[in-house]
Amino acid sequence: MRDRGLILTGLTIFLALLLAPVWQAALRGSARKPEPKIVTKAKQCVEPTAEMRRNHMQLLNTWRDTVVRRDQRTYLAADGKTVTMSLSGTCMSCHPNKKEFCDACHNYLAVNPYCWECHIEPKEKS
Amino acid sequence: MRVVWSLLLVGALALVGFFGAQAGGQALFGIVLPYLAMAVFLVGIAVRVVGWARSPVPFRITTTCGQERSLAWIKASPLDNPSTGLGAAARVLLEVLTFRSLFRNNRSELRDGGRFTVSADKWLWAAALAFHYSFLVVFLRHYRFFAEPVPAVVAWIQGLDGFFQVGLPVVYVTDIVLVVALGYLLWRRLADPRLRYISLPADYFPLALLLGIALSGVLLRYVSKADVVAVKELAIGLVSLHPTVPQGIDPLVFAHIFLVSVLLTYFPFSKLVHMAGVFLSPTRNLANDNRMRRHINPWNPPIVGHTYAEWEHEFHDKLVASGIPLDEE
Repeated sequence: MRDRGLILTGLTIFLALLLAPVWQAALRGSARKPEPKIVTKAKQCVEPTAEMRRNHMQLLNTWRDTVVRRDQRTYLAADGKTVTMSLSGTCMSCHPNKKEFCDACHNYLAVNPYCWECHIEPKEKS
Repeated sequence: MRVVWSLLLVGALALVGFFGAQAGGQALFGIVLPYLAMAVFLVGIAVRVVGWARSPVPFRITTTCGQERSLAWIKASPLDNPSTGLGAAARVLLEVLTFRSLFRNNRSELRDGGRFTVSADKWLWAAALAFHYSFLVVFLRHYRFFAEPVPAVVAWIQGLDGFFQVGLPVVYVTDIVLVVALGYLLWRRLADPRLRYISLPADYFPLALLLGIALSGVLLRYVSKADVVAVKELAIGLVSLHPTVPQGIDPLVFAHIFLVSVLLTYFPFSKLVHMAGVFLSPTRNLANDNRMRRHINPWNPPIVGHTYAEWEHEFHDKLVASGIPLDEE
């Protein structure tokens, strides 16, 4: 009986916390949608865009293991083309703009890949 | 049989989400149903809690697990039998955070030769703890889809959760713990004939539903990966109240969202409201101070007394006529 105020306070705090994303969206305004900037003239990456968008991390992981552990450096893409498996050599030749390309989506979704713990980050004018 | 129906029902719901969205129901499964489910959840929880808040609690329930505070030389148990509001709050907090009542779970068995044994059984407690905490972490991790910019705390949680850096995308420890714990909790109900006998669809369905949500989430992260940028656009659209369904959202995402919508809708009407109810457990949140304070029921009717003096006054003449001595003189 006498705890009614306490219970209702707790309920209000819970409901307010649950709706935290709504308050954040209301305060910050509409969020920008990331647009990774493509600076190359090539029409397509080593695999189709939809495939790369979803599975690029797995591809890079396989590349790393194949190169480092089995010393094989040639990748046969699904469409029959061959590419050298190299982050700095192949990927970065078309996507040298880490800040505008990689980070655009990674920051948007709080993904923190550990590529740059071994590879040297490209120097960019920011 | 009850478990089979529960599992089939959850499977059917997942298929409804999966194929419903492909058949042009993207706005329905991505916008309308999530909003409806959230509304039902918020209002439902509020109605349940307000209902409990209005329920009479006329006295302190002293079913306790420790020595009451009494004389100075009798050692009291301040957490299991608190005499102050603070102690009761600590007891509720420990119950919420560590599930102490499940820790007391026992198992009675009839062994060979008719020997009856009662032994401690900590598996329920361990699995419940593992499930609840990993579910909490998974819930908090999903904040990255609903907030822009993502708070630093969420990034820390992700980093800790993926500490072992197994595979890519990094395997989260909580994903494994969540599925294993749910699997155990389901198996536990099936393995013991007595437990199976008392288990109802209302016990199996939430487990099956949570398992369906967890497995579809695991599939979306590790196997059939979703376009997470599109998923975040959808989520941000929902929370900023400008909902849109962007291109390229995989059907499995809709199955996942639909199962979560079902969970939210089911929540206030089922045993899952223990999330709110645990804070209002009368045996946990009432201090045992019955002997120190007088608890007067606030809605007792006023007691109309009739004293001897009043009675004597009422029957004064008859008492005098009968020769009975009066106090008044």
